[in-house]
Amino acid sequence: MELKLRKLAEEAGAALAAAETLEELNGIRIRFLGKKGEVTQVLRGMASLSAEERPRIGQIANEVRATIEKELAARTALLKNRLKEKKLREEGIDVTLPGTPVPGGGKHPLSLVLEEIEDIFLGLGYSIAEGPEVETDYYNFEALNLPKDHPARDMQDTFFITGDILLRTHTSPVQVRTMEKTVPALPVKIIVPGKVYRRDDDATHSPMFHQVEGLAIDKRITFSDLKGTLDLFARLMFGEKTKTRFRPSYFPFTEPSAEMDISCVMCGGSGCRVCSHTGWLEILGSGMVHPRVLEVSGYNSEEVTGFAFGMGVERVAMLKYGIDDMRLLFENDLRFLRQF
Amino acid sequence: MRVSYKWLQEFVEIDISPQELADRLTLAGITVEGITEPGAGIEKVITGRIESIEPHPNADKLVVTRVNTGAEQLQIITAATNVREGDIIPVAVEGARLASGLVIKRAKLRGVESRGMMCSGQELGIDPKTMPPEEARGIMILPPDTPLGKDAKEILGLDDHILELDLTPNRGDCLSVLGVAREVAALLGRQCRVPQPVFPELEEKIEDQASVEIEAVDLCRRFVGRLIKNVRVGRSPLWVQQRLRHAGIRPISNIVDVTNYVMLEFGQPMHAFDYNLLKDGRIIVRRAREGEKIVSLDGVERKLLPEMLCITDPSGPVAIAGVMGGLATEVTEKTSAVLLESAFFNPISIRRTSKSLGLRSEASQRFERGIDISGCARAADRAAQLIHMIGAGEAVTGRIDVLPAPLTEKVVSLRPARVSYVVGVDIPAERTAQILKDLQFKVQDAGEELLVTVPAHRVDVSLEADLIEEVARMYGYDRVPATLPYGQSTQGIRTREQLFIKRIRDYLAGAGLYEVVTYSFIHPRVFDRMNLPQDSPLRNTLKIQNPLSEEHSVMRTMMLPGLLDILARNYSRRVQDGAVFEIGRVFYPRGAESLPEERMVLAAAAMGSTPGSWNMAPREMDFYFLKGILERFFSRIGTRPVQFRAETANPSFHPGRCASLEAGGVSLGVLGELHPDVLEHYELPDRVVGLEIDLAKLFEISGNPVQYRPLPKYPGIERDIAIVVKQGTPADGIMETIRKEGGKILRSVALFDLYRGEQVPAGHQSMAFSLQFQAADRTLTDEEADAGVQRIASALARRFGAVLRG
Repeated sequence: MELKLRKLAEEAGAALAAAETLEELNGIRIRFLGKKGEVTQVLRGMASLSAEERPRIGQIANEVRATIEKELAARTALLKNRLKEKKLREEGIDVTLPGTPVPGGGKHPLSLVLEEIEDIFLGLGYSIAEGPEVETDYYNFEALNLPKDHPARDMQDTFFITGDILLRTHTSPVQVRTMEKTVPALPVKIIVPGKVYRRDDDATHSPMFHQVEGLAIDKRITFSDLKGTLDLFARLMFGEKTKTRFRPSYFPFTEPSAEMDISCVMCGGSGCRVCSHTGWLEILGSGMVHPRVLEVSGYNSEEVTGFAFGMGVERVAMLKYGIDDMRLLFENDLRFLRQF
Repeated sequence: MRVSYKWLQEFVEIDISPQELADRLTLAGITVEGITEPGAGIEKVITGRIESIEPHPNADKLVVTRVNTGAEQLQIITAATNVREGDIIPVAVEGARLASGLVIKRAKLRGVESRGMMCSGQELGIDPKTMPPEEARGIMILPPDTPLGKDAKEILGLDDHILELDLTPNRGDCLSVLGVAREVAALLGRQCRVPQPVFPELEEKIEDQASVEIEAVDLCRRFVGRLIKNVRVGRSPLWVQQRLRHAGIRPISNIVDVTNYVMLEFGQPMHAFDYNLLKDGRIIVRRAREGEKIVSLDGVERKLLPEMLCITDPSGPVAIAGVMGGLATEVTEKTSAVLLESAFFNPISIRRTSKSLGLRSEASQRFERGIDISGCARAADRAAQLIHMIGAGEAVTGRIDVLPAPLTEKVVSLRPARVSYVVGVDIPAERTAQILKDLQFKVQDAGEELLVTVPAHRVDVSLEADLIEEVARMYGYDRVPATLPYGQSTQGIRTREQLFIKRIRDYLAGAGLYEVVTYSFIHPRVFDRMNLPQDSPLRNTLKIQNPLSEEHSVMRTMMLPGLLDILARNYSRRVQDGAVFEIGRVFYPRGAESLPEERMVLAAAAMGSTPGSWNMAPREMDFYFLKGILERFFSRIGTRPVQFRAETANPSFHPGRCASLEAGGVSLGVLGELHPDVLEHYELPDRVVGLEIDLAKLFEISGNPVQYRPLPKYPGIERDIAIVVKQGTPADGIMETIRKEGGKILRSVALFDLYRGEQVPAGHQSMAFSLQFQAADRTLTDEEADAGVQRIASALARRFGAVLRG
């Protein structure tokens, strides 16, 4: 009987070593350890053994059973592991295939730039004011120190609806509209984004374009504050290394007036095609609010000063994204829009 | 304005390079756009005289010439037809280089040797527009007294630098060499020298032969006349011609050239009348009379309006004051005496006249900005001097100078402390005073303030602020520190409306739509394209009086046409799938006297499918695509419930595939598939969907605060229910009934299948809903869910004749 058990242990060992599937292992378990299994059968036959033989054989039988169980567990673990590895091997994917597309969509580059400008000035405590795109001659010109027959009106070729109603040529009318509503409260700090219209149409002009106007008035605001504010804006918008340069200019509604250039965004100031080899790019017009404009809006120009500025959003967008033809911004070719 | 560097040097000593000068001027507000060197690249072009012209033995169109360059005789072959023996011309000799980069070599032309080339003005870099018409296409002919063998660059004044100024409208005074020289002098701290013109005069006196009366004293504040006799009209010397050319003006004749020369030099426009053609030698400056006409120098007959200022003689108008002279009294080869006009005209009047006649001249541009009224006499004298110098005539003694009112000086007070206050940097009073003196202002110290007398040429200065600007720009903007304003802090936030608009933009861009920007003005024909009936209120538009073209002639009352244009353009470029949106304003007229109503509108349109991929089928961007985007968006922004009602009467849309959007009885807009006719008009594919929503109305019903609902603690039960109903039964009615009957325990309803086909009776459809029952306070029993389904089924049967399916 002992021999038989030993033989069974050997047989089971051999069978386990040869088993390649979990099903085979299960068969081996049943064959040897099941209720009718061979080891069980041997144990059942123990009744016929002598009293002194029984414990010894019993112990051997238990050992054999334990050995088989142990080997079975080891083999099972091994096979399971092998199966898992095989499965993992087979389940490999091509990680270089493109991902599942999410819907495209995006904002227009002009909106992206406008929001960026807005956010910079919101952070500086400015709020956003709006006004009508169809304006009166009064707000668009007269109140801005541009009386009828003023030669500076030629700077802004105007679309007229009637003799007195027109498409605004700049966002500046909102300065006066806002001040009229705010007076006498101070300070006034606004930016005015919006569409404006001029009778021009070529590669660098569009009859409709976008401006952002800015206005800050208070008890004591100086030209140096204008410089500081716009210099900060330029660095936030175009990068910390951006340099600014202020040149005297002329706008009827500001005095002194200045044009701000930034160091060329392409070449950094060393000179290239974009900046016509000057190293500078003209980016906005600005100045101290003209005393007449303050007076027209109800403020005492002796006590209140302020600055105003205005920039073309198209120009900023073109510089920022390297767009060389303004018409692309209004053509809305989806192949263009998808790039932003 | 184009200003010669050499000419400037006649007025002020300049010891910096043209480029440095340009930079200094630019930083002082006189923007120099560019510098041109007319003679750049030109080498070895000299003057020569054509001694003989012989036919070419082998070519009909060529001639063989001998050209004397002083040192040698050169045989030169030319095809030019405008040269004669004796003409002096610029010759590019062997090794010469021209403006175009062309290098001249000895060559054989049809077997005959040629040792150089005669040059046209263009080959020497001269703008053909400034050449006499007969020379513009041929060889440039130099005056007969030109010395031979001289460098043509020098003779023609090409060895110069021309500064191209981009002047702001306030600085009319810089439309002259003198004006720019004053700025240069102030910048460099030098004197600006303006010599008094000196010239001999004939014995006869002007007052015996000519008279000037000013009737319109409000429009003509000064009129200076000079009478020139013994006039010999001919060509000007080269130096006069070239200075005009550098400024872009074509030389005409010595007399006319002198008037233009003085205009360029002093900024005083002048006119020369043929004295013998002026009736009685009498000039009357007055407004035009009703019905008067004049043929101007350009040969066009012009009707004069009673507001226009004219120079007249007793027989009628002889010039449109300050704008253009008359043809009848023009200086011609026959002219033997001229009356020179040097006057000051009212800027506004000149501007109006020039605008209404559509005539802008060098003169009108200067008058409308305002010229130096104190300089009229000096300019007239300068012209007389130049005419004498070039031998074109002699001035009679004296000048007529009519001044209806004496000249006054403008005095403006300036507080130096105010300068520092506004500029934000401490500029000492002495510095302020010095800057103004350098700019030829007279400054008188009056304690706290300076009394500043404005020179007559600075018509742009009349307020303290104007003086502050002068000081600031000459002090140097670059020397002003950069600071940030201090004071009460302000909140920088978007208003609720602005945030709302931004959220829409963010959301739609995230949902797969591309934002576009289109023009606010449209072609009126779009209303036909959109199928609108003739009486549609949307056809009532704001019309632009002076549009660029009909294409952009009325303000839009709807936004979809713009988007359809964009889709069509993309479609024609083979970009056939796309969804776009725009947020912008539409304009509804409110009568001719009032501003229109401007309403913010959202429009969107889509064609084709979403992009598919190897693991995902493309999805058609149809009605439900846009509707799904809207539904989710409405819930995001917390609107009150929005109903989509079938809309069969909107002429722009497919009658069976269009919905009007309503909330609480208010119409918000429309969503639908565009009508096939509209698509045909736009050359778009069969199916395009679009929407337009009034954002002000949407804003009003949005913004309901989000309220959190506790998560369910107890398990729920799912049941599916499939019913068969007649086609055309609106789904929202069915779902509303389900919700109502389901009661509180019905947590959600979703339509997961819609079937039409053989499995259901004709004209019917099967709809399958998944229902989720759940109670907040207990585990729901199957019986409760079943009872709910039962209630729902019987209500659907009752209301819609729905039959429960298998």
